[in-house]
Order: sequence, then C-alpha cells, then structure tokens
Amino acid sequence: MTDTTAITPLKRTPLRDVHVKAGARMVPFGGWEMPVQYTGIVDEHRAVRRAVGLFDISHMGELEIEGPDALGIVQRLCTNDAAPLAAGQVQYSLLCHPGGGIVDDLTLYRLADDRFMLTVNAGNIDKDWSWVTEHGQGRARWRNVSDETALLAVQGPRAEGVVQRLADTDLTRVPYYHFTRGEVAGVPALISRTGYTGEDGFELYIAAPRAEHLWHTLLDAGRADGIQPVGLGARDTLRLEMKFALYGNDIDETTSPLEAGLGWVVKPAKGDFIGRAAIEEVRARGVARKLVGFEMVLPAVPRHGYRLLKDGAPVGVVTSGSFGPSVERYIGMGYVPTALAAVGSELEVEIRGKPQPARVVRTPFYPSRVKKT
Amino acid sequence: MSKVPADLQYTREHEWAKVEGDRARIGITDFAQEQLGDVVFVELPKVGARVTAMQSFGVVESVKAVSDLFAPLSGEVVEVNDELAKKPETVNVDPYGQGWMIVVKYADAKELDTLMSAAEYEKLIAAAGR
Repeated sequence: MTDTTAITPLKRTPLRDVHVKAGARMVPFGGWEMPVQYTGIVDEHRAVRRAVGLFDISHMGELEIEGPDALGIVQRLCTNDAAPLAAGQVQYSLLCHPGGGIVDDLTLYRLADDRFMLTVNAGNIDKDWSWVTEHGQGRARWRNVSDETALLAVQGPRAEGVVQRLADTDLTRVPYYHFTRGEVAGVPALISRTGYTGEDGFELYIAAPRAEHLWHTLLDAGRADGIQPVGLGARDTLRLEMKFALYGNDIDETTSPLEAGLGWVVKPAKGDFIGRAAIEEVRARGVARKLVGFEMVLPAVPRHGYRLLKDGAPVGVVTSGSFGPSVERYIGMGYVPTALAAVGSELEVEIRGKPQPARVVRTPFYPSRVKKT
Repeated sequence: MSKVPADLQYTREHEWAKVEGDRARIGITDFAQEQLGDVVFVELPKVGARVTAMQSFGVVESVKAVSDLFAPLSGEVVEVNDELAKKPETVNVDPYGQGWMIVVKYADAKELDTLMSAAEYEKLIAAAGR
C-alpha cells in the first residue's frame, strides 16, 4: 500500500467515525482516510483465515453503464470477454491504454442484459471515470455511483453462515463470482460471492446511509463465530498470500497484463478493444519480464521498491512484500527477466545494502479456499 | 496506557536501558511496540560489536514499517537475544522482559545521565500520544 501525501482533504467512507470510535488506527490510502488495523494486522489476518472478518471497503468506486450499447462499450473498454456473462455473473477484468499498459483492474458485474457495473480501485475513481466516459460513448449512459454506495466485505470460512443468518435469500445458490439481490439485516443489497482474501465470502453493496446499521448488525450476528473488523493492513497481507495484484504496487500504466500474469483476462478473440494490438504484439514477441512470487531463504522482510538482484547485479524490483502470517514465511512479488522467472530460480533482495537470498516459488503462497463449485 | 517501569531509563527514540552493574540491558518500550504493531523481524548486532550512544545498532520491522534501533549507551555488546530471530513477536508480548534485545558493557557511566527517567519518558509519550 502506498501512503499519499494529502494535498486535498482525505475522503471518508460512511463508516469513518465508527472506525475511530472502535479505536482503529487511521491512515491515508489512495486519497482516503482508512482503518489500517483495529487489534493488530496479524490477529486480524488470522481471524479471516480461521473464522470471519468484516471489512469496510466503501472507498472502492462503482461505475455503472446502462443502455442498448452497454455491452459493446464494455467490450471495447475491457480486456476480458463480457459477452458470455449472464445477468448475475461477475468477472475480473482490466482497462488498458492503447499502448497496452493497465489503467486499472476491476470486477465487472452484469446487472442486466443492457446494464453493467465496474468496481474500481479507490485511488483511480476519477481517472477511470474520465477514461470510460471519454472512450466509452454510445447509446448508453454512465453513472458514477461511488459516493452513494457503501461496500462491506465479509470474508472467511464462517462468512456464509454469518451473512445467511441475516439474509432473506438462499446464499448456497450463489456460486463464486456470482451475485444476487436481497436484503441483509433488512438492508437491500447486491450480494456478491467475491473477495480479495482467498477465502470464501461476500461483498455487500448497499446504500451508503445504511452502512452503519449493517456494520453493527454483522458484528453482532457474527460474535459467536469470532467475527472481527479487519483493516487495510490485513487486507494487504491476505491478498499478498494469494499473489493478487494491487494496483499501484504490482501493476500500473507501465505494466503489461501479460507480464503481470493476467493474460487469462485478455481475450483478443472477442474482437477489438483498447490495447489489444499492443498486447498482442507483446504476446507475439514474448514478455521480457514476469511478475513472480518469491520467498526469502533467511528471515528478512522484502518491501515495495527494494531491488531484486541476480548474483549481485540488479535485475528487477520488489512490488509487494511482507511477512505472510498464514504461510509464516517472508514473501514477496516482483518483476524479473523471463529467464529468471521459473519456480526454483535463485535471486537476492537488496535489503539495507545487503543482498539477501530469495527463491521463486509456486503461487498462490497460501492455498485458495474459495468455493469454486 | 503504555507501561513505563520506574526502574528503567529511556531514550527519546523509545528504547529502555536497565543498569545491571557495569552492563545495561536494552530493548524497546511498550509504547514503541504498540506504535509499531506486529513485530515480524529484528536485526541485532553480534556479540563483540561496538555500539555508540544514539546511533543505530539494529532494526525492528513490523508488518507495515521499518524502524532503526538506537543505542542508549556506548560500549561493547556482550549478549544478544537470539530468541528474537525465531520469535520476533516476543517484542510485542513482553517488551521489558523476554523481548530484551542486547546487553552492553557500557564505556562511560556519565552517559547514563543523558537518559530519561520513567517520569520524563511518561511525559514524552503523553505528548506524542493520540
């Protein structure tokens, strides 16, 4: 995560005062004042893996498009193929520049045949809004519903039990990367079986004024299950253990989806889209570097921006790194030349001027437990 | 409230020193470990190394942050808490006990006068606190 120096006042989610009252440590993130931890990052991380955690991710942006050309516009803007999506399905996708660099990564919801929602990164909302409204014109209307939407994530092996207890609809019928609409604690919600942790769970999109009620009701309902509020600190270590990319850290406008291991969401066969030619050129030529997952051979913490070395010579850069509380190892991600990207490849991370041995490993670092039924 | 034992002396950088004859045991304070959050890595000097008052003698890392450790006193390192390499979280659990870091045979007893008393350190963290 990158702290940004505030020039404009930090934005607040509808739950900001609730977090402060709960004793959370607040930090700036992507222009937002967000809770980084409540009890402690490792404790919260383990609560999600063991039981269930509740996250306020209302800083994320939601952009909707509706109209007869909505599918065509989405197909032109996004790299993945949205055509096979039925209403009620979700898909991971990317916005790319004509040059092939990544504008943002997102989850795409097909709300209806002619209506979609893009959930985008908090720090990119304004940029993405300009991008989609400029490049996504046609017989359809864009709406930025970020401010009026709150988003709570309930993640962990006990998430389904907790949400089901409060929901008026059968959640066992909602598979991974699908959503339904219903009420949770009496609050109308888009209930999506998605997340950023590698655990089963839901993301609940609701009207911002109802966030506080739903937050407290979820905490009460999950008390016996060991539910805990979870901050951005643990969100970061949880996603790192899954090798999920974080925009601004692991991917950005200078990275190709193919280098980042995101070729699986680039579908050139669907027809033209922004960035297609450039990405296909990279594919034909072969990527020069790859985003790998590595672990430290000896205890040492790799961090964003540290240099990756091979036999002492700089070959790349660490994009994310930390102690992984569930794998109980020091792990990281970074770009290295393709020739050094194979599992088992031996590298070094330069930490305070000293090369520390590291090894490319299979990822995810921690096995995913999402319900892929 | 962070614990500040009365029988220790403190630095502005949140280390403590406990005088044991011509030696001093050194660690970081309860306030420091709270501010850092979960400690996941501690880098300490080897026995025999020389440390200088208010210069870095090592590093403590939490999930989010890297912090230098500053020596309260100059002298020779005569003991190192090797357990912290395996269990860095001990610094969070017991900062004044099992979480000690090094023992220094100090070179100049006059340096002890430059350290803060518990009362002075309490004032410092009250001012720095939220």
